[in-house]
Amino acid sequence: MTKAGLQALLSHWLRNPMQLFTLIVGLSLATALWSGVQAVNAEARASYDAAARTLGEGRFAQITSSDGSIPQADYIRLRRAGWLVSPVVEGRLDGVRLIGLDPLTSPSGLTPTGADDGNLTIDVLAGGVLFATQDTFARLEAHDVTRVVTPDAAPGIIITDVGTAQRLLGLENALSRILVSPTQPVLQTPLAEITPHLTLRAPQDGSDVGRLTDSFHLNLTAFGLLSFAVGIFIVHGAIGLAFEQRRPVIRTLRALGFPLRRLIALIAVELLALSLIAGAIGVGLGYLVAAALLPDVAATISGLYGESVSGTLQLRPEWWLSGLMIAVGGTCMAAAASLFQLARMPLLASARPRAWAMQAGRGRLYQAGLAVGLLILAGLLGAFGSGLAAGFGMLAALLIGAALALPVVLDRVFAFGASRAKSVTAEWFWADTRQQLPGLSLALMALLLAMAANVGVSTMVSSFRLTFTGFLDQRLASEFYVYADDADQAAKLYTYLAPRVDKVLPIQSTTQNVRGLPSEIYGPTAHATYRENWLFLQSANDAWARIEAGEGAAINEQLARRAEIAIGDDITLAGEPFPVLGIYGDYGNPIGQAIITEITFKRLFPEIRPSRFGLRMDVADVPSLTEALRDDFNLADAQMVNQAGIKAFSLSVFDRTFTVTGALNVLTLAVAGFAILMSLLTLATMRLPQLAPVWAQGLTRARLGRIEIIRAVLLALLTAALALPLGLALAWTLLAVVNVEAFGWRLPMFLFPLDYLRLAVFAVGAAVLAALWPARKLARTRPSDLLKVFSNER
Amino acid sequence: MLLRVTDLVKTYPGPDGPLPILNGISMEMKAGATLALTGESGSGKSTLLHLVGGLDQPDTGRVEIDGTDIGAMDDAARAAVRRDKVGVIFQQFNLIPSLTVASNIAFQARLGGREDKEWMGDLAARMGLAEQMSKYPEQLSGGQQQRVAIARTLAARPALILADEPTGNLDEATADSVMDLMLELAAETKAALLMVTHSERLAGRMGRRLHLRAGRLA
Repeated sequence: MTKAGLQALLSHWLRNPMQLFTLIVGLSLATALWSGVQAVNAEARASYDAAARTLGEGRFAQITSSDGSIPQADYIRLRRAGWLVSPVVEGRLDGVRLIGLDPLTSPSGLTPTGADDGNLTIDVLAGGVLFATQDTFARLEAHDVTRVVTPDAAPGIIITDVGTAQRLLGLENALSRILVSPTQPVLQTPLAEITPHLTLRAPQDGSDVGRLTDSFHLNLTAFGLLSFAVGIFIVHGAIGLAFEQRRPVIRTLRALGFPLRRLIALIAVELLALSLIAGAIGVGLGYLVAAALLPDVAATISGLYGESVSGTLQLRPEWWLSGLMIAVGGTCMAAAASLFQLARMPLLASARPRAWAMQAGRGRLYQAGLAVGLLILAGLLGAFGSGLAAGFGMLAALLIGAALALPVVLDRVFAFGASRAKSVTAEWFWADTRQQLPGLSLALMALLLAMAANVGVSTMVSSFRLTFTGFLDQRLASEFYVYADDADQAAKLYTYLAPRVDKVLPIQSTTQNVRGLPSEIYGPTAHATYRENWLFLQSANDAWARIEAGEGAAINEQLARRAEIAIGDDITLAGEPFPVLGIYGDYGNPIGQAIITEITFKRLFPEIRPSRFGLRMDVADVPSLTEALRDDFNLADAQMVNQAGIKAFSLSVFDRTFTVTGALNVLTLAVAGFAILMSLLTLATMRLPQLAPVWAQGLTRARLGRIEIIRAVLLALLTAALALPLGLALAWTLLAVVNVEAFGWRLPMFLFPLDYLRLAVFAVGAAVLAALWPARKLARTRPSDLLKVFSNER
Repeated sequence: MLLRVTDLVKTYPGPDGPLPILNGISMEMKAGATLALTGESGSGKSTLLHLVGGLDQPDTGRVEIDGTDIGAMDDAARAAVRRDKVGVIFQQFNLIPSLTVASNIAFQARLGGREDKEWMGDLAARMGLAEQMSKYPEQLSGGQQQRVAIARTLAARPALILADEPTGNLDEATADSVMDLMLELAAETKAALLMVTHSERLAGRMGRRLHLRAGRLA
């Protein structure tokens, strides 16, 4: 019996391969969209983790030397004095960064791969072994060493033992720096007594780049969430249609004595198998999408935020499993609703698709109620919610509420159209479009979400670009930046630079708690550079002039938000109150910041000497000054930063970011377009009984086909009109709620009307493309097929 | 007694409260008997047929097939009755469009595990379907599709055949030939035949005749 039932169910797909194709492709594309985004995310995260593990020495205090080299004897002296320290040798070998570590003394958690099972340590101890990824090794010339390919290693970095690193880099008996373990003996000889020429540097706190990277990831995660929602709607639509298409067969099977429970089980198993096949295809497609996008993402992240991503994709279980999960889970969710409906539907209920439409019509009232409830919830969360969960909750409520509201709104629009129709054809058009809504609503919801995602993410990224380039102009106003090793060198540099450039702007800072929050205090020189470039988000009148006169301070947005400080409030610096005269954007900085003028800073913190300088100068003189500093002060490249180069590079990085988001946008729209095609194709077959009477009464098949296209354009335009405010609300939520909750700073939102117009044109284009085939099919339907509709009537 | 119906009542929800369809119907059929059920549209003929076939459940009353009350059965047990003891021939044929004629004819018998290829071949030949076995339902005329539906029912050798206006979609000549075959094969398989029809002529060819009027036997 089971075999016969299965044969009947499966034979439907064999006789209707196009329906099977659309179901599989719909599921696959939804999976590909999700798994593609997840693959990029997973790969980028894995690379950060590897980098953090391998390069995690930033977490530890370090002992360094002003000339960059520490004699090995100094390390031995420190060990003998009881210091728990570990040597590091670092340099470039064939252009690749090589790091020599001592696994026995290195602080815990710092290993070549972060996944040390003991064997790796033994390998490192054996000496002469290099650890790196395949890609990194490819850049290395032949050396007398053993290479161990380590997929989890940080991209672009080779790890080895100290001795091998010294040999390969020609640094015999010399170390680059010494790591200091966080745990040290209670009684310890001070460093100044053991090695007075060496400097102890405190561990780095959370870095700006790390926070910005998190921000970028949060955005990608938000896109992932949207792609998930789009995918779920498409899967739901595909499964719902698959049920609808086979409704008559299901009824006949039951009438002939096939037990309902077994029928439900068979359909569930069949859908599970189909979802697994489609999921596997989707994961494969997602891999291709991610492989195409990852180089741009890697370049974006490493360029913009300074963190390394390998740029090559690995089959990571977390993303291919999540890809399969969306296919299978999405199918289960969608199938559960359909199977529940099937289980409750009386055997004698009409097998015709109209029954489905009527049922959807009855549910519309509940749907409208749910939509309104969710939109109110989103509004309440936006107005009164706090925390990241509230931000994401608002996003979810907004998206689902808007998607559920779409069919209801469209239904009202069509009813209005029908009431205003002048001709009989127009009246039929509105009524027929309204009747098709239940069958098309899931695809239209997917289109709505896809378009809203486009608007939202484009607005967010473009706003980010504008803000960040403005921020770079503000923060990198000087043409050239120089970093000194210590205060003595800084003093010499100042004397050296002053006559060679237009203006030397010393950068001096210290850390202090402001209203209980750890903050940086800066004391910039009073100069037009700051007045002209540092723009305030909020300020008192004549703020810069008053700050330069020592009458007050400016603080960053993070400090203002976290400590709830407004313009005019006082903050206390070194025991002195300062009114806050300005609040400025400080994107990427995890902690608070305050600015007072240089004279006041020197009075409050006389022991602080500047170690960095911003140089105002002719850009053309930058290369010669770089050479001169390299020759006269032996400054490393990292100690000299060319502002113009950074800006140009940042812009190129943003262009790559646009490539990534642009590709994801096109993909999302294409998937939504396919969902519409799938629905229209399915409905085209089901709708013959509705179209045949209209044809019989005088509308030509060609005209019916044209009406189908007009209908698709109308639906796409109406959906676009609703997607625009939803997308803007989405962007606002991401920029003004989620970002603030996650990072403490708010990105300003800019509007890009031309982009939105282009998107609407794309959406209409996608809808027309999706409608072309069904319309052509309808226009070419043989009269005999249309007549069959009447021959089956009573 | 193969079929015994006792005090059957069935209502459907209507805009002004429950709408009575069948109101205390009682009847019996022996194995091999033929019975025509006639009545005006809306008199409850199809509803009675659906209740007897276990396709729907009565509000009150009993439907016994071979002494077992199918109204008290759960869905799975009623499905087993439809599969093993009852064969329903629908006016709209209800063939499975994705299966060939051969597979459609064999379908119900296969569900019940009673596939008999020789009997199926014989049936197909006598129904004039031997040349159509590899075709799909959409490639057949209405009369041919109804023959496939009848062959599907008879291939399973049910004890009770329920036919809901089986010739309602057919012209007179085709309807007569289909009716001839149905009666001949029902007699051959010793199946009881309960047929709903509007046609006085076809009703006259059955052994007994019951007339329904407003949910009651007239």
